[in-house]
Amino acid sequence: MKRTGAQIIWEVLSRQGVNVVFGYPGGAILPAYDALPEYPSVKHVLVRHEQGAAHMADGYARASGKVGVCMATSGPGATNLVTGIATAMMDSSPVLCITGQVPSHAIGTDAFQETDVTGVMLPITKHSYLVTKTDEIATTLKEALYIAQSGRPAPVLVDIAKDAQQGSCEYQWDDSPVRLPGYRPDLRALPEEFERAVELINAAKKPMILAGHGVLMSGASQVLLDFVEKTRIPVAMTLLGLSGFPASHPLSLGMMGMHGESWVNTAIQEADLLLAFGMRFDDRVIGNPKTYALKAKKIHVEIDPSEINKNIPVDVGIVGDLRETLQVLLPGVERRDRSEWHAHISELKGDSAVRDILHLPDSGHLYAAHVINDLWRYTEGKALVVTDVGQHQMWETQYYKHDYPRKLITSGGLGTMGFALPAAIGAKMAMPDEEVWVIAGDGGFQMTAAELSTCVQENLKIHVAIINNGYLGLVRQWQEFFYGGRYSASPMQNPDFVKLADAHGIAGLRVERRDQIEETVRRAREQSGTVVIDFRVEKEDTVYPMVPAGADLHAMIRRPVPVKK
Amino acid sequence: MSIPHTFVVYVEDKPGVLNRVVSLFRRRGFNIESLSVGHTDRSGVSRMTIVMEAEEAAARLVEANLYKLVNVLRVEELTDSDAVLRDLALIKVRADTERRAQVLQIVKVFRARVVDVVTDALIVEISGSEDKIDGLVDVLRPFGIIEMARTGTIAMKRGAEAPSIQPHFVHARVPEVPANRSPEDDLPSEERSPH
Repeated sequence: MKRTGAQIIWEVLSRQGVNVVFGYPGGAILPAYDALPEYPSVKHVLVRHEQGAAHMADGYARASGKVGVCMATSGPGATNLVTGIATAMMDSSPVLCITGQVPSHAIGTDAFQETDVTGVMLPITKHSYLVTKTDEIATTLKEALYIAQSGRPAPVLVDIAKDAQQGSCEYQWDDSPVRLPGYRPDLRALPEEFERAVELINAAKKPMILAGHGVLMSGASQVLLDFVEKTRIPVAMTLLGLSGFPASHPLSLGMMGMHGESWVNTAIQEADLLLAFGMRFDDRVIGNPKTYALKAKKIHVEIDPSEINKNIPVDVGIVGDLRETLQVLLPGVERRDRSEWHAHISELKGDSAVRDILHLPDSGHLYAAHVINDLWRYTEGKALVVTDVGQHQMWETQYYKHDYPRKLITSGGLGTMGFALPAAIGAKMAMPDEEVWVIAGDGGFQMTAAELSTCVQENLKIHVAIINNGYLGLVRQWQEFFYGGRYSASPMQNPDFVKLADAHGIAGLRVERRDQIEETVRRAREQSGTVVIDFRVEKEDTVYPMVPAGADLHAMIRRPVPVKK
Repeated sequence: MSIPHTFVVYVEDKPGVLNRVVSLFRRRGFNIESLSVGHTDRSGVSRMTIVMEAEEAAARLVEANLYKLVNVLRVEELTDSDAVLRDLALIKVRADTERRAQVLQIVKVFRARVVDVVTDALIVEISGSEDKIDGLVDVLRPFGIIEMARTGTIAMKRGAEAPSIQPHFVHARVPEVPANRSPEDDLPSEERSPH
């Protein structure tokens, strides 16, 4: 049957199970929007800025494990997506990004709203396409969806010329698998690598598991738990690995790296074997690579071969899906009693897990750590939390304990301020029954605050907790530590967030003392729509502990202990 | 230690592929010494020869990243000892009637060819290893080189073997019995061998 290119876009998307698209119409994508009402199975969410569309698609993908789809017009519409696409790229999130392009005869003429989008997006996508013929739209979209979600997931761009959307051709759904001869998401390790890994694991006295985003992406949480129960190897997590292994498990050590617990980092430095599961030895995780875990043999399980030996040379590199790999390793590894190693780690731990929160000076002010700890308690640790980037993000990792997979969504690799609110909208669209909380700083929240209107238009219930200290908090902290306390351009004068909520016709609440938190959280949860809570926290608080950028992992700055009089 | 690495990269002949490959080197901060691109015996498949100076670990990283490009079919690293490496140059050199005989003598010694002659100059064509061409250029320079064009290295492994589809950069392989793919799938459909 004859279909227009615009119709084919929606035919293919709905065939492939896409039921939400986040986007913003404009000239070059108008044909696609014109055909949208014919496909009621696809819900369109109108964003307020295309960056929001990309973050929403990303949040949708991270919450559900399915591909998130965003759509924008040519030129400024497409370039506005860039930050969101780069965020998804760094954190391996499967996103399909469809942009309109000027008509094919005008490409290359600097036409109105023309940008070389495939060129702009080249380094921040896994693959990209420019489609100028109607009969290429269906195959291209199928390939793009497949590439985005297979192997190491990532964003894929499909830029479709306006005349290709307007033209028509014969269309028949083709169910055959895509043919991409150069694309090999199926690379797998050789059997001898597994044998060497099992030998090292069984011989290790002080092993540690470093669990990354790959645990969540490959759905390996259960088999990781089985692996840990059998081998009794303690688990440290990267920022994006959090929630992949239950925080309440006795062998969960929490987060490693720059703002990880100092005893976790010390344990890594003392370990004799590191099992890196679906993580990439990011600089925020390893500190100084020259002094990183020198006593440890290293086994790296990773779907992307280019990550192996990139930052840290390893002894065994296993290319493959983490879940499959653990299933292969599991029968070979031996049960071990590692109580001596556990006891040593507990010793390193001392009271430090609770120390920071205990040592906050009692000045009657509200502390972000208290706020987040209380949010964890009052939501029974079950909320799907989406954080922005900065101090609050690190406090979240320290004081909100996640026991269930995919319950923390945060921008790790790119560290994108403004991520939280739009990503939360995407997550809520994917998981409408989840209680979704945004935890954002006053700075990051304002970067994409316009998306509050999107929450209202879509009638979504999202809890927005603004950790408001009137500063770009982490910038201020670095200025305090490394720039002689010169707070250059980090203090912020903010609008009244309660009135801002009011202007959107949603509830705005304010908390200034700790004893108001419980009641406020209760009221927020009772609201039918989105609610904004302005937590007026201590202005000059600091995230401890901290490894200064590039310093040795074991050289952490701890919170100063007040001298007792 | 930084040494020259020669990669032969088979790519799908599609728009933007050269850009993707070159962009990868730029993005990861690697320098390309020479790059040459041409057709293969199969339509739809191009072959790039890329020479880069790099340490071993960096070369492995480049290889792994090349492999990640969707349009890259195969990556093969060749070394001097197991491959034939060739460069082609056209050199326009000043040669008036007085000195022409001298130039022709040199051309003969280097087993080069003269492909164009005018009164005052001639064009010499030479193919061979980089060193050999550098040698000829050095000897011709005193006569006056007017212009020169070089192709950059192209390379091919010695012996009867076809290039392997198995990557060497990590201990990994394409599954032996791929669910939906055979090595023949590397070829564009119209070019598949008939058996």
